[in-house]
Amino acid sequence: MAFTKARELYQNTLSEIKEAGLYKEERVIHSPQGVDINVEFPAGDPAKEVINLCANNYLGLSSHPEVIKAAHEGLDKRGYGMSSVRFICGTQDVHSELERKLSDFLGTEDTILFASCLDANAGIFEAVLGEEDAIIADKLVHASIIDGIRLCKAQQYVYKHSDMAHLEQKLQEAQDARLRMIVTDGVFSMDGDIAKLDEIVALAEQYDAMVMVDDSHATGFMGKTGRGTHELKGVFGKVDIITTTLGKAMGGASGGCVSAPREMVDLLRQRARPYLFSNTMPPVIVSAALKVIDLISTTTELRDKLEDNTKYFRARMEEAGFDLKAGESPIVPVMLYNAKLAQDISRDIYQDGIFAVGFFFPVVAKGQARIRTQISASHERSHLDRAVEVFTRVGGKYDILGKGKKEIIAMYGK
Amino acid sequence: MNDIEKVKKDIIEFVINEFIDDEDEAEDIDENSALISSGIVDSFSMVSLKRFLEKKFELAIPDAKATPEAFDTVNNIIKLIDELKG
Repeated sequence: MAFTKARELYQNTLSEIKEAGLYKEERVIHSPQGVDINVEFPAGDPAKEVINLCANNYLGLSSHPEVIKAAHEGLDKRGYGMSSVRFICGTQDVHSELERKLSDFLGTEDTILFASCLDANAGIFEAVLGEEDAIIADKLVHASIIDGIRLCKAQQYVYKHSDMAHLEQKLQEAQDARLRMIVTDGVFSMDGDIAKLDEIVALAEQYDAMVMVDDSHATGFMGKTGRGTHELKGVFGKVDIITTTLGKAMGGASGGCVSAPREMVDLLRQRARPYLFSNTMPPVIVSAALKVIDLISTTTELRDKLEDNTKYFRARMEEAGFDLKAGESPIVPVMLYNAKLAQDISRDIYQDGIFAVGFFFPVVAKGQARIRTQISASHERSHLDRAVEVFTRVGGKYDILGKGKKEIIAMYGK
Repeated sequence: MNDIEKVKKDIIEFVINEFIDDEDEAEDIDENSALISSGIVDSFSMVSLKRFLEKKFELAIPDAKATPEAFDTVNNIIKLIDELKG
């Protein structure tokens, strides 16, 4: 048995993960994605109705009737699979149309689709930068960007999270490089805070650098017409490169893209390995994504409701005495600092029908444990009121209401 | 202050300036503080720590030597530098 030795090794590793309290278990959902879902957890327990506060379904489009209809039509008209990468025989009219529409929506020259934004981030750097160039990244960029940067030979610089003075210092250090690229998330997924894109763009102009933003947690709803962080920060059309996903607000199925100047997109079509060696996006998802762009380009109703919901939930949770990470994105982290406390509260609110997950080291820094809640345009006030009510009851049980970082750490430790 | 103490101080200062956001945490950093295993310096940021050391000590740290263990404390780093300087 060739696997015997490996099995033992993997069993030990898995035990270590479990002992460290870091073992991840899947919660099985027996319904379409939405705000009211039917969840089986722990495995084997009878499934129950809970309010979902942890999906990236910001606009509530994951199971939207018009999106589902467009997916059905796409399936009928363009088939199920393409059995090809893009450049052999995997490009249909709908793929090109989606790339054009994404460019218009994001305000860029051109767009190239990938199977996911992880693929977009993994593929971009090594395709367009070499060892003569420099990448200057925010410390808290998404894991897929870090992986992409590792695959690339460019010099790497890291600046402290959203610290513009530190970024400027790194830009100065990298002045000898042939090309410079500043890399940041638009909305940071763990804290829900927003990159200072206006200042970043100004520094980029001063120090002759390109700007790349991963706007996965922003596309579709940040900014007045939902174009993203660049619209919110008044630099629409001034960010060189946007990578983003169709797997969150934009229908939530899968797929991602790089939206950038024409020559860069063209180069990616020649060189980006996840584009060259992985299947094309399925026509059914492409067709539904086209509908999503139509829907959110016609009216801002959904992103407006999301903004209202976010303000309402933040205000009510603060009123109740929770320590929230400040911000205006629909990612609302309830800060608990201690990993066990985050797990206990997550478990207790789940008992009462509220589904939101605890995050702790190594997903976030030590002593920064939290429950990350995410608001959706599909939430009604009744959902949010119920969530606040349950959170408040459980928060009272652990005596953390009205308490800040120092007090909570004094009671529970880091 | 002798040379070795000055070097330690320089490395600690670099770590604080480059990686620490919270002033309270900055005060706690000394030559025995865990930098990598505590998450202060993540593997992504290790690259800039490595570059700083290479520049400061005018040597090349082979990738095989630039392990999380070797970089975990300022004392470990000094040990590694001594070894490389031979």
